[in-house]
Amino acid sequence: MNAPVNTPRLHDCRDAFAATLERLATQDETIVAVCNDSVGSSKLSGFKSKFPGRLVNVGIAEQNMVGVAAGLANGGRLPYVCAAAPFLTGRSLEQIKADISYSNANVKLVGISSGMAYGELGPTHHSIEDFAWMRVLPNLPVIAPCDRIETAAAVEWAATYSGPCFLRLSRVGVPDLLPEGHIFELGRANVLREGSDVTLIANGTLTHRIVKAAEILNERGVDARVLNLATVRPIDEAAIIAAARETGAIVTAEEHSIFGGLGSAVAEVVVDYAPVPMKRLGVPGIFAPTGSAEFLLDEFGMSPTAIANAAQALIKRK
Amino acid sequence: MEPSDLERIARQIRLRDLQAVYEAGAGHIGGEMSVIDLLTALYFRVLRIWPDQPKNPDRDRFVLSKGHTACALYVTLAKRGFIPEDEIHTFLQPHSRLNGHPNCNKVPGVETNTGPLGHGLPVAVGMAKAAKLSGAGYHTYVITGDGEMQEGSNWEAIMAAHQFRLDNLTLVIDHNRFQQGAALSDTNDVAPLRPKLEAFGWRVTEIDGNNMHEIVPALESRGDHPHCIVAHTNKGHGISFMQDTVDWHHKVPNKEQYEIALAELSEAL
Repeated sequence: MNAPVNTPRLHDCRDAFAATLERLATQDETIVAVCNDSVGSSKLSGFKSKFPGRLVNVGIAEQNMVGVAAGLANGGRLPYVCAAAPFLTGRSLEQIKADISYSNANVKLVGISSGMAYGELGPTHHSIEDFAWMRVLPNLPVIAPCDRIETAAAVEWAATYSGPCFLRLSRVGVPDLLPEGHIFELGRANVLREGSDVTLIANGTLTHRIVKAAEILNERGVDARVLNLATVRPIDEAAIIAAARETGAIVTAEEHSIFGGLGSAVAEVVVDYAPVPMKRLGVPGIFAPTGSAEFLLDEFGMSPTAIANAAQALIKRK
Repeated sequence: MEPSDLERIARQIRLRDLQAVYEAGAGHIGGEMSVIDLLTALYFRVLRIWPDQPKNPDRDRFVLSKGHTACALYVTLAKRGFIPEDEIHTFLQPHSRLNGHPNCNKVPGVETNTGPLGHGLPVAVGMAKAAKLSGAGYHTYVITGDGEMQEGSNWEAIMAAHQFRLDNLTLVIDHNRFQQGAALSDTNDVAPLRPKLEAFGWRVTEIDGNNMHEIVPALESRGDHPHCIVAHTNKGHGISFMQDTVDWHHKVPNKEQYEIALAELSEAL
């Protein structure tokens, strides 16, 4: 007979984002929310009712949305651009490059419903390229929080950081992983579990899956380290090098293409400083079939069991 | 400053621009000659700016969306005291901060980085909206090329400016009728611009964009709507053989052509 399963409560990180933004906006009158008819999907209804004049809704016009945000920052406002990640990053990529990154405008880009959160709506609505597109741009920290606590901490950090950043959020529910009161540190990985046989690295919606994978591995006698790597750029080189040297094998898992994302970023550090076998789990360079985000993550080999299996296969290559 | 003084300064800026492009061996001289009168009127009469305080929050904002005519902006900024005049010699040289498109993090007086077309107007809309939110009294000006109005992002911004009731925003379209490869009329003709802007809820003024007596009052005009000035200009204005020919979008004069242009502009001084 199976032991009773204690299912943790899942949270939509957009709620933490919206609540934190409203709290910050109460303290700082320069904060404005900029959106593209995305009040509902960005959970900005509360912000709109509290600060109606500070919601800058440009309509369905993403290029203008990002340019307007750069201008608002020039005029002394602190804009949080809140829009679905695929359209924010894809449609306005050149605006992000020239108006935000190159101009170093103090604009916070918040990509909502990233990855395959819009699962069944299909690949047009998936944002599995955004790590690649954003992390190549100078001056632009790229951050994917793993739970509601880290989301709130990152949104708060962004307000104090002088410069642009990209926050990659989801709508897919995730359990609490970090302690209440966690303070976000840019470029700092969190060790969620110590281990010496292999290291599992993820962020966003995948972190809780690698935590479960590590528990499965533990039952199988494998001692896995778990890193939550919210900041994809600037990346925590020291934590990755230590993981490579001390555990000798690294598995990455991400709700993103395996080309150019978290796994690629980790691999760049590993290749430069501490080459060890790696396995990059993610979307294998194809447009995803129909299905929910959770279904697709399982489909692409990122169920906790599949991640554990991939880790064990990798360990054999050490 | 009176129009006659502005005309004199504009001629000096044209001359220095010509020299800089010739020395650097690159530039966008046709569009620089068309826009210099507008730049001169802005920097020497209209804009509320302080060269020693380029980040003063009360400054008027100016965005040169047609960033490829950066050399004309650099010469104007130098003449106005934002950067040293002798720095123009470094235009396009290795490690110069004066590259082919303006960089706001290196060149004082530049508000945002432009280069790819269709970027300046959305940013200017944001600047004007910021003033509405904060109650700041500055005015925002942006100059686009006319070919640049083919970019869809501009029309997104034009709609937003009307929606946000930005009466503190002035868009100047440098309507010289030529883009890089051909005349607008042979490419994707955005003319006539006035009815299009009016249909989008803007107040529109049409002027001779190379005539100070028309430029100054248009730039200083205020009303209840975002204001568009359709500035009818001549590409290559002031240099006879360059005027109104598509060839001189980014061509560089040879020595003989340079001497002729130099003589024509010097004579006008």
